[in-house]
Amino acid sequence: MQHAIEVERVDKRFGAVQAVDGVSLSIPAGTTFGLVGHNGAGKSTLFKMMLGIEPVSAGQIRVHGTPVRGAAFRWLRQRIGYLPENVALYDNLSGLDTLRFFARLKAADARQCTDLLEQVGLAHAMKRPVREYSKGMRQRLGFAQALLGQPELLFLDEPTNGLDPQAIHDFYDTLAALKRAGATIVLSSHLLAEIQPHLDSLAILANGRVIAQGSVDSLAAASDLPSRARLHTRDADAARRIGQRLGDAGFPVITTADNVLTVSVARAHRTGLLPLLAESGAALVDVEIHPPTLEDLYLRQRHAGGHA
Amino acid sequence: MIGGLQWRALRTVAGKELRDRLRNRWILAVAVVLAAFALLIAYAGGAQSGTVGFRSIGVTVASLTSLAIYLVPLIALLLGFDAIVGERERGTLDLMLSMPLTRAELLLGKYLGLGAALVLATLIGFGAALVPLAAQLDAAGIRLYALFVASVIALGLSFLSLAMLVSVLVRDRARATGAAILLWFGFVLVFDLALLGALVATAGRHSSAWAPWALLLNPADVFRVFNAMSTETLRNAFGLGTLLPDAWGDPRVLGSVMVAWILAPLGVALWRFR
Repeated sequence: MQHAIEVERVDKRFGAVQAVDGVSLSIPAGTTFGLVGHNGAGKSTLFKMMLGIEPVSAGQIRVHGTPVRGAAFRWLRQRIGYLPENVALYDNLSGLDTLRFFARLKAADARQCTDLLEQVGLAHAMKRPVREYSKGMRQRLGFAQALLGQPELLFLDEPTNGLDPQAIHDFYDTLAALKRAGATIVLSSHLLAEIQPHLDSLAILANGRVIAQGSVDSLAAASDLPSRARLHTRDADAARRIGQRLGDAGFPVITTADNVLTVSVARAHRTGLLPLLAESGAALVDVEIHPPTLEDLYLRQRHAGGHA
Repeated sequence: MIGGLQWRALRTVAGKELRDRLRNRWILAVAVVLAAFALLIAYAGGAQSGTVGFRSIGVTVASLTSLAIYLVPLIALLLGFDAIVGERERGTLDLMLSMPLTRAELLLGKYLGLGAALVLATLIGFGAALVPLAAQLDAAGIRLYALFVASVIALGLSFLSLAMLVSVLVRDRARATGAAILLWFGFVLVFDLALLGALVATAGRHSSAWAPWALLLNPADVFRVFNAMSTETLRNAFGLGTLLPDAWGDPRVLGSVMVAWILAPLGVALWRFR
């Protein structure tokens, strides 16, 4: 498999602070990769090193086979889009002038600026100075800037900060279209439930180290995380009886609220749950099975690493 | 491409800086201030001798030199002190550095744009002072005034280089402001007093050997001496005829020192920013 980004044993020190510690990653081309971690885990620093903004203290990073420092990488940047965390733009420029300025720097076709502003829903405000934009509008303008020059590689740091639900939906639609066109997307967010459906693979960072790496499914399997079953019963009495029975059979009840039970189901015992539920007969109204989420996985990994 | 630098990148960054200063009327404001002071001083420059009115170009240049030495370094330092640190503090620096642009191109592009704004304001401002004198000027007078304006531009660009160096070295705008003001005080006010103190302390012993060379350590003094040495009349008026080496009467000699004062701080800034 061809890799868009290869990070090999990379360290970054700021004085006495070790911001990134021996990180190695391989991000396959044409996939969406997530970087998740607590505040100060090293995500943004890693982003900046992958973009060649910050030099590495040790190790090596290659993007499409090219080391990120040097003349060759400069030209590669024309095909890279970057949306920084808390994007800052020039307040005195209009939205359109902002895009035109960055288009000139990237040698991108300036005619796409108005189309991009339309795509991110800023066509109506393109002539207004950025200082009059709301946080969400700035974020959308920052995203439009990242899309200049039809990038093959996108780095998006907390990209949905300040966006409304419709804009978030449109944002992920755009990402899906870019991915279909072959782009590689590297995404960082604290909103784990939001990004989970869009990721092919991820790395979890804690204190500058990668503590887990792979797809959500493979990491969940490796962590042996239980699923959750939500059982809707006819009444509270039925919920109590079924809960007692499942508990005795080794399915711990997590919560009981009125006539809804939430039960933890270990991977190895999933099939054992079904006969027990069948025995409940008419007392059981509905069943929902929730596989482990990225948030469960993240919390498990953090806990296992002693950082809970 | 110039020495590994892309002209397109330099032009884009410089163009934005220049347009910003046109848009926020910085160039207009500075040009008006320079023109107003220049016209006032050109008119009233001879008041201490009991007369006012536009007099010879020599007197006007002497008066304008005294004006420019205080005003232009301050304007240049205020123009450039936050060029890089301001971008860092606002959070736009990372985005700029993610573009197909080297750090050297970003710094030099900013310098070129800010320098162009400074040159424009200087030409307009001091150009206005020339208008009332134009009818009396011969070729030598025009040459003298052109040399003066060129030296003002060099003075401004040397302090802009120092401002860029400050902007690269400090961590935040507050410190950059303090450093810029300190530089102004140091070069424009304190340096000459310190030199004078050293002369008094040594009772002027061997002063002719080291004092003139010490002046070259201050771009403001290089500017002052450049203009003081530009004609016989001014040399005598400033009382420098016998104190300074004769070779300094050639504008190319002190002109080269002024160019060095532009290039050296900018070179250090480039080295530090890389």
